[in-house]
Amino acid sequence: MSRQSAVRADNRKVSAELFVLTHGALVAQLVKDYESDEEVNKQLDKMGYNIGVRLVEDFLSRSNVGRCHDFRETADVIAKLGFKMFLGISPVVTNWSAASDEFSLILDNNPMAEFAELPEGHEGLLFSNILCGVLRGALEMVQMEVDVWFVHDSLRGDETTEIRLKFIKKLEDALPAGED
Amino acid sequence: MADVESLFEFVHMEIVAYFLNKPGKNVDNDVIQNLERLGFGVGQRLVERFTKDSPRFKDELEIMKYICKDFWTAVYKKQIDNLRTNHQGTYVLQDNSFQLLTQMSDGKQYTEDAPKFLAFPCGLIRGALSNLGLSCSVTADVLSMPKCKFQIVIPKS
Repeated sequence: MSRQSAVRADNRKVSAELFVLTHGALVAQLVKDYESDEEVNKQLDKMGYNIGVRLVEDFLSRSNVGRCHDFRETADVIAKLGFKMFLGISPVVTNWSAASDEFSLILDNNPMAEFAELPEGHEGLLFSNILCGVLRGALEMVQMEVDVWFVHDSLRGDETTEIRLKFIKKLEDALPAGED
Repeated sequence: MADVESLFEFVHMEIVAYFLNKPGKNVDNDVIQNLERLGFGVGQRLVERFTKDSPRFKDELEIMKYICKDFWTAVYKKQIDNLRTNHQGTYVLQDNSFQLLTQMSDGKQYTEDAPKFLAFPCGLIRGALSNLGLSCSVTADVLSMPKCKFQIVIPKS
């Protein structure tokens, strides 16, 4: 068994691992730099947003997905294609509101938190809050304004990790000419 | 798991931007140094996971070959194009199209900004080598975008 083949077989996992570890180092740095956990959460969300607005182009060009017709379709695309492509997981879409404008994503095992443990005194820290920003930024680029927040986080001792998305409005003004 | 590298690239961009725009409350506000330190930590952890099932390396050169082939392939999806050494602890690793530079213009336009995007990778190498038992210093130079070389110097005791 040569060393090489062992690494090759693992290759698919690696880019995700590199991302996860880099993200972990970033969070650790932010915790060092900011006084409160809320500040860190906010900063992570902001960075996520910047990533989301770029990531969505990468996603659209790779996935061949067209415009979504309703929020339910959007939810499906996010969970089954988006999360699958970038993090290799498919969260469960659930807890729809009566008006179909709110839903939850349940992440059974959040790969971003795989190597992480919250130290004492940081109970308010949302380790994977960058995800909220990514989702918000990405959806804004397809003319959807949404609110995204963590309801539960297993790192904070909850049973599940749950991200809630709420549709606010369609960004009509930003529609490029020639599209309806 | 996913095999899309763009997520890492985007996070890396954000990290570079974060250190650049960081409020000047800390005395040690050296962007390059901070990025390098962050990369060091990631490199240490990464190499530990990569090599947990592999046999012990015989010597320094074998470790370098490992970095050029397997480590580079794992992280940047290609091998180092050229490895040179003076057999006295100095190694030069040349990558003719370095992943984190390929997204930028290959003219001279962004040559000034390139070092900021090489600090994290330098730390990554230093961290990886440190966890394989070699303490060293790593510097990077852009030859012409996106071609760059990493120089590793292992001080002889």
